[in-house]
Amino acid sequence: MRITDKVARVDTRDKISGKTRYIEDIAFENLHYARTLRSTVAKGRITGIRYPEPVDGIFIIDADDVPVHNDVAMIEHDMPVFAKDEVNYIGEPIALIVSKDKNQIIDFMRGIEVTYEGLPAVFDMNDVKEDANHVFEDHTFVKGSIETMDYDEVFEGTYRTGYQEQLYMEKQGVVACVEEGVVTVYGSMQCPYYVKNALMHCTGYDENHVRVVQVATGGAFGGKEEYPSLLACQVAVAALKIRESIRLIFDRREDVTYTTKRHPSEVQIKTYLKDRKIVGMSCLIDLDAGPYLGLSDVVLQRAMFTLTGCYAFENVRVRGRIVRTNNIFTGAFRGFGAPQTMFALEQHMNQLANKLEVDAIQFRRAYFVKKGMITSTSGIFNEDIYLDLMADRLEAFSGYQDLKEDKAPNTGIGVAFVPHGGGFTGSGEAEHIKAVVKLKKRQDGKVEILVSNVEMGQGAKTALSKIVASVLDIGIKDVIYEDPDTFCVPDSGPTVASRTTMVVGNLLYKAAEQLKAHMKTDEEITITEHFKQPDYVIWDQETMTGNAYMAYSWSAVLAKVTVDPLTYEITCTDIYGVYDVGIPIDEGLFLGQVHGGVVQGLGYGLMEQMVSKNGKVLQDSFESYTVPTASDIPEMQAIWIENKYVDGPYGAKAVGELTLVAVAPAVASAVADAIGKSLYQIPVTPEMLLEVTRNEKR
Amino acid sequence: MRNVEFILNGKAVSLETSLSRRLLDVLREDFGLTGTKEGCGEGECGACVVFLDGELVNSCLVPMNSVIGKEVQTIEGLAQTKRYRIIEDAFVMAGAVQCGFCTPGMVMATEYLVRRYKHPTNEEIREGLSGNICRCTGYQTILEAVKRVFEEVEDL
Repeated sequence: MRITDKVARVDTRDKISGKTRYIEDIAFENLHYARTLRSTVAKGRITGIRYPEPVDGIFIIDADDVPVHNDVAMIEHDMPVFAKDEVNYIGEPIALIVSKDKNQIIDFMRGIEVTYEGLPAVFDMNDVKEDANHVFEDHTFVKGSIETMDYDEVFEGTYRTGYQEQLYMEKQGVVACVEEGVVTVYGSMQCPYYVKNALMHCTGYDENHVRVVQVATGGAFGGKEEYPSLLACQVAVAALKIRESIRLIFDRREDVTYTTKRHPSEVQIKTYLKDRKIVGMSCLIDLDAGPYLGLSDVVLQRAMFTLTGCYAFENVRVRGRIVRTNNIFTGAFRGFGAPQTMFALEQHMNQLANKLEVDAIQFRRAYFVKKGMITSTSGIFNEDIYLDLMADRLEAFSGYQDLKEDKAPNTGIGVAFVPHGGGFTGSGEAEHIKAVVKLKKRQDGKVEILVSNVEMGQGAKTALSKIVASVLDIGIKDVIYEDPDTFCVPDSGPTVASRTTMVVGNLLYKAAEQLKAHMKTDEEITITEHFKQPDYVIWDQETMTGNAYMAYSWSAVLAKVTVDPLTYEITCTDIYGVYDVGIPIDEGLFLGQVHGGVVQGLGYGLMEQMVSKNGKVLQDSFESYTVPTASDIPEMQAIWIENKYVDGPYGAKAVGELTLVAVAPAVASAVADAIGKSLYQIPVTPEMLLEVTRNEKR
Repeated sequence: MRNVEFILNGKAVSLETSLSRRLLDVLREDFGLTGTKEGCGEGECGACVVFLDGELVNSCLVPMNSVIGKEVQTIEGLAQTKRYRIIEDAFVMAGAVQCGFCTPGMVMATEYLVRRYKHPTNEEIREGLSGNICRCTGYQTILEAVKRVFEEVEDL
């Protein structure tokens, strides 16, 4: 059996029958419920909070109850656990109202009055992006010299993207308990150790008195990367105060309105040409972070390091800024900055090809990166890169030439080529994450995976178990992989950045190799494996130069659309994708990521409009924020090329995020092709097409 | 508060409850049937669907007043049937499950399709599942699973 051959997922049957217990399904003794009192203004000083007369059974938990630090430990400590004197966005948590009786909480909350002194708020990042006081970070990196190069033509475009909501099916949820001096948080999350570190910082408890247990997680997509740390701190503070189990589960409207989203962006690209060939590119990326930094600096860096995409240009200047506003605060979402810049770049490349009257794929081929070339951050592409081959495959299996020649009226095709760097940026894996995994052979012969990475739907349990089972030549059922509990597992890092299979899987692969020699004995034995940075990764964070990523995965996507000439209704009929993810660990899991990523990317490109007005998100439900249903999906066809990665398990590289990123740009280009106009913004909606066409007529 | 009697997964049950309570809450809180999930609480996502007298309904929109004397079947009840085994196997084989939160609802919607159609068209299958949101799978493998079910139930 080859490693790529599909196996049945290990976690499926209990999910189908409804036996799997998510946080809302788990019974806790003497459980108390919590709801969040939120700011109703975007920026202001709290001048007073008037609570109703005290009621038996009702508890109020706020900033004054926080034992040590009233801030959430992320990169900076700028976000409070509970707003105290000042609020900075609509929905910002001020207090938790807790009771055993849900209805009592609702009644009590009706009587609360918060008064504010309004302060000037910022809702449009364009108003303040030139003001350093409103810019969290402002980075620039340079390759070659835009200033001194020789060019005879400039081509410019400005591209905009909106919010995207993760809309995981299971809402945010955590439970905190205090037992024997230990505060334990159970919850739906991607990063148990992020939560643990935030709890230690907030409560002052040491690592032996803070425990985090991830439970079955009903989807996350980045939305449960940093956000659960905030909720965990809040319920832990409540549990420490009243010494009962506290449960905080959002309702859907709260979740859609007040949790992190994908950053709205504006990307300006200026391309310099000499004799119709690109000689340089300069770009400016602005991201709307909302009021707190959160993970925005990391998101911005991935947006910047990915900006030149699959192409090598001699002279590059990339500048990126994170702008502080009083909109909802933005954060991690599958793709992490790349969906914004890849939409911009791939629209730009198509528009440039059109202007030069060259075929869109042919035009790109001239600039495809190859092994040994210099990256935009002046590192070296170390691994084999087969973009030309991928373009050949895409043309062949989509019937590209025929599609172009026999294009029916009101239909269009578009392509996009997109890379994804696996794992943390630069030396982040070695310097910040420092992953540790353990593999334990038990006396009963079963082998247990001890990692902090979580199953959230992506198939981590199956993929990692399969790697270990394959190395040891045992059945996948003889591999145990429980939901992580920080009292039992080492910190193998967060479940983010498409790193789980590539980075954590490789550590488990190495651990399993060492365990082989012990499999015939009865002894219990545990192998520990630490991450070591490969020699070829050289990175200087100060100057942002070197290898921004350990290895890249690649995708080439073609979209076909039809556009109704009267209503401008857009239908994406087909998506063809060619992927280089090294060696997929399992064809079934790989295709699961492709289909899910394609449909989420399709939503981003065509449907998922989320608009903020005066700091308030207008779409707050499944009804107003529309994501694709079974009736909206295109025919999806995917193939992969094999390109073994030396530091991935069985040659595997990153998969999860890559699959989303190329879809929106390909679809937008297909719509542009259908209507014969350039597009600069997603989601592409019928209303937008109407406007584009009207403007043309004027 | 009132005494309400109904049939739950084939058994007569009764409980004291307010008539305005949601069937979803009664199933989850009073009977511990947590396979029925709350995704939105507004009848838009399909994670909470159950059969009420054979009709597929969003249990978050059904007050107990509408349940009196009726027959309710949840995923836990369906899981006891022969046809459920076919649906479960088809979902496993097709790889139609990722995070699993929408899955019990998808299974109920599949059962509804099987009860309604003998040979549904692709469009009828898509339409039949369009009330159930899935954010992980992109639906492709779920559609494959449903097609497998129809191939298998022929023999039942």
